[in-house]
Amino acid sequence: MTLALFAAFAALLVGCSLMVILHRNPVASALFLVLAFCSLAGLYLLLHAEFVAMVQVIVYAGAIMVLFLFVIMYLNLRHDVEQGIAVAVRRGAGWILGILLLAETVAFFKGRWAEGPVSAPDLAPVAGNTQAIGQVLYTRYLFPFEITSVLLLVAMVGAVVIAKGRGPGLHPAAPAADAAADAKAAAPDHAGGEA
Amino acid sequence: MTEYVPVLLFLLVAIGFAGGTIGLSSLIVPRRRNAVKNSSYECGVEPVGDALQRFTVKFYLVAVLFILFDIEAVFLYPWAVTFRRLGLYGLIEMALFIVILFVGYVYLLRKRALEWD
Repeated sequence: MTLALFAAFAALLVGCSLMVILHRNPVASALFLVLAFCSLAGLYLLLHAEFVAMVQVIVYAGAIMVLFLFVIMYLNLRHDVEQGIAVAVRRGAGWILGILLLAETVAFFKGRWAEGPVSAPDLAPVAGNTQAIGQVLYTRYLFPFEITSVLLLVAMVGAVVIAKGRGPGLHPAAPAADAAADAKAAAPDHAGGEA
Repeated sequence: MTEYVPVLLFLLVAIGFAGGTIGLSSLIVPRRRNAVKNSSYECGVEPVGDALQRFTVKFYLVAVLFILFDIEAVFLYPWAVTFRRLGLYGLIEMALFIVILFVGYVYLLRKRALEWD
C-alpha cells in the first residue's frame, strides 16, 4: 500500500517537474509546480512528517507560488514567448546549472545515508509530529521563534518601502510613462471589481 | 497509514468525478459552433490585447503580505496542538509573536499600504 502510494506520488512529482521545465507557457509551468509541491506533500505524509506536509501545501503551494505567479506577471512575457531569451544565455545557464546539479548529486551519493527510522530520544512521547514540533519550538527554540516575527516585520516594512516608496502615502516618484502604464494596468482590475 | 485511507478515497472520487464528467460531456456533447455562440454575451467584455502584459508593482505588496501572514498562520498550528501543555507560558509567547506582527499591521495601515490609490 505504502509502496504503491510512494510510486504514485513519486511518478506524479517527476512528471509534473518535467512539465514545469518543458511547458512553453510560464503560467502553466507554475501551475504544474503547484501540483509537484502537492505530490511532494504526499511523500512527506508517507514519511509521517505531517507538519512538513501541511507547511508544504500552505506555504509552498500557496504563498510561494502566488509570489512566483506575481513575478511572472511582472516580467515582460511577450518578449520571451515570441522571441525567446538569447540561445547563448540559455545554453550557458543550462550548462552551469547542469554541472552544479551533477556535483551535488555526486556529493549526495558519496555521503552517508540515514538507514531506518531516525529517532529523537530526548523528546517526550507525544501524539504526533505536529505536537512534537510545537513542544520544542515553543520551549527550547523560543528565541528563534520570536525572532522570526521580527524577520517577518522587517520583510513587511521592506515590501511597503519597495512598493509604495517613502513618506506617508506618497507615490514613488515615477516617470510619466510609468504612471500611464500603471493606470492602464490598474484600470481592468478596477472595472472588474465594480462589476 | 490507515487514517489517511478516507482522504485517499476522497481524492480518488474527486479526481474520478471531475475527470469522468468532463470526459463524458466532451464525448456526448454536440459541437455546432458559430460566431454568435463564441461571442461574449451578457456581462462579457470583448478582450483587448492579451494577458501577457506587465502588471503594476502594487500587486507585489499584496503577494508579499499574503506570504508573511501565511507564515504567521503556519506558526499557529503547532502552537494550537500543544497549547494545553504549554499553558500560560505558551499564551504569553504567542501573544508577543502576534503583537510584533501587529506592529507591522499598524504600520501598513498608517502607510495606507492596503489602499489602492
